[in-house]
Amino acid sequence: MSDSTLDDDILPPPPSTLKRALTFAKKQPLGTAGLMVVLAFIVMAVFAEQLTSFDPEASDYMFMLQPEGTENMDGQVFWLGTDDFGRDLFTRIVYGAQTALFVGIVCALIGSSIGLVLGVGSAYFGGWVDMLFQRVMDVFMAFPLIILAMAIVIASRSPAITQFIPATPDNSIYFVIIAITIPFIPKCARVVRSSALTIREIPYIDAARANGFSDARIVMRHMVPNVMAPFLIMFTAFVGQAILLEASLSFLGLGVQEPTPAWGLMLKSSQEFIRSEPWYAIYPGLAITLAVFGFNLFGDAVRDALDPRLRSQ
Amino acid sequence: MWQYVLKRLLLMIPTVLGAAFVIFFLLRALPGDVCELKLGGEGAYYDAEQIEICRNNLGLNEPLLVQFGTFVAGLATFDLGESMWTGRPVAEEMAKRFELSLQVAIMATLVSIVIAIPLGTLSAVYQNTWIDYVVRTVSIAGIAVPSFWLGILIILALLSVSEMLTGSRWSPPLDYVPLWQDPAYNLSMLIWPALATGYRYSAVATRMTRSSLLEVLREDYVRTARAKGVVEKIIVNRHALRNAMLPVVTVIGIEFAFLMGGLVVTEQVFNLNGLGRLLVDSVTFNDYTMTQGIVMTIVLVFVMTNFAIDLLYAWLDPRIRYS
Repeated sequence: MSDSTLDDDILPPPPSTLKRALTFAKKQPLGTAGLMVVLAFIVMAVFAEQLTSFDPEASDYMFMLQPEGTENMDGQVFWLGTDDFGRDLFTRIVYGAQTALFVGIVCALIGSSIGLVLGVGSAYFGGWVDMLFQRVMDVFMAFPLIILAMAIVIASRSPAITQFIPATPDNSIYFVIIAITIPFIPKCARVVRSSALTIREIPYIDAARANGFSDARIVMRHMVPNVMAPFLIMFTAFVGQAILLEASLSFLGLGVQEPTPAWGLMLKSSQEFIRSEPWYAIYPGLAITLAVFGFNLFGDAVRDALDPRLRSQ
Repeated sequence: MWQYVLKRLLLMIPTVLGAAFVIFFLLRALPGDVCELKLGGEGAYYDAEQIEICRNNLGLNEPLLVQFGTFVAGLATFDLGESMWTGRPVAEEMAKRFELSLQVAIMATLVSIVIAIPLGTLSAVYQNTWIDYVVRTVSIAGIAVPSFWLGILIILALLSVSEMLTGSRWSPPLDYVPLWQDPAYNLSMLIWPALATGYRYSAVATRMTRSSLLEVLREDYVRTARAKGVVEKIIVNRHALRNAMLPVVTVIGIEFAFLMGGLVVTEQVFNLNGLGRLLVDSVTFNDYTMTQGIVMTIVLVFVMTNFAIDLLYAWLDPRIRYS
């Protein structure tokens, strides 16, 4: 009898993807709700043009700061009112989802991936490499994010940078991504390192070394796949955090620049009109909260599902 | 134990020096300097000779390594120098703002502890019941709400409620008065930013309390206590919660340290003249000494808080104390 036949006799067939998804939905109702919210925002970002007929960047000075439900000359309705440039708030929120998701996913992906490799590498090599790495991570953890963000934004407007990358509103988003990604790296590296330290002690790593595999191969092929659980947890948490950080930086005028639709930027402009036009501040804030809420609910469920210690008995 | 304390203290030195190195060279890498801003401003005519005199006076023409040496020597003697923009001592300019930021950070941390520990415990004890779902939803919402938006909502609520009750709109006062001079006035100003940030940070601590307590409640000694017939309330409060507090203490401590430099946006919403706003202003004015002073203070608070957390760990967990 071959080995595979033996396995077939003993092990039940693996559950289908649909069955696994249904089990996840049953065990993690909050996480499923979060996933629905996330999917709704993804749909919003992808089909923005189909969802609204307004141009997110075109001003209409006839209709500045109009309340919800106002109609323009063509009979188009401003469902959530207009901003101080007469732009439709609903449209800017829908297009703002593109900015938020782009920043959120790119920052989380780059930050957690670099953190993953550095964290595993540090744990694998140990000794003075690990010690030095820890101290560098300490410095970045202790360093206030706002200074880093300000420095990157100021530098992006200097002639040395603008000759290569012009200081346009569209380009401002890339500098925001750099500013947000840098602090994510040590955070992820720390968490991954602690998991990798345990894995390093397992005999199969010694076996790999005895086989003469290179350090890079051991780190990338044998250790990295085994710390995917903390990596995924950090990744989902980072998406929400990056959306919040982008909103905070834009709110301070250090993030995405006008006229790009961004939720934090909308909140910044709304501050002047908080007493007279409160709806202007409410909707963009609600969009940020809902998006981050969705990612966090889903991330929490992923963590619960991947961490055997947190599974309910 | 003393060896451990000494080792931890020594490990702080490279972190502080590293941060000093990063902030010093980061500021110098930015275009322009304080003299150009002071004497010319953007695009205006300015006298190149005057700028050179200004740079000489401020020591900006010295070699970078000499400037860095002066900065580090000043740090070692707790002399942060004078602001390049106002000419007044950095420590003096920072003192009043530090007081305000420290008070908000302490109040926000207290708000977060009062919310987080009871809610996190309830959520863990009643895991996967409606109580757990409500607490988790409330806490995840807390992480999702930007504190500056929560601040805006609080201000909106204060305006409408005061108008409804008294007929006139009331908003928090803007001038800072120390707590001991006029506690009512001080609290009426700072309780709102503390609530906005405290709720947000309580969310992280609630989640940590829940997951940590869940882990501890599955330990063998808890099962033994249950088998012995110990009342569930005592098991949770006396046996499990204390051991589950280790990661919670870390999270609360790190949040406190982060709040010292991370209140910039909340300060903006509530119009507070704190350390965060001073930091933004000093970077905008290319005020190297002031920026360095504030960043190093924040870094010091961060490393000292981490150090305190480690010592607290040893106090809370005898296994660490005796190893």
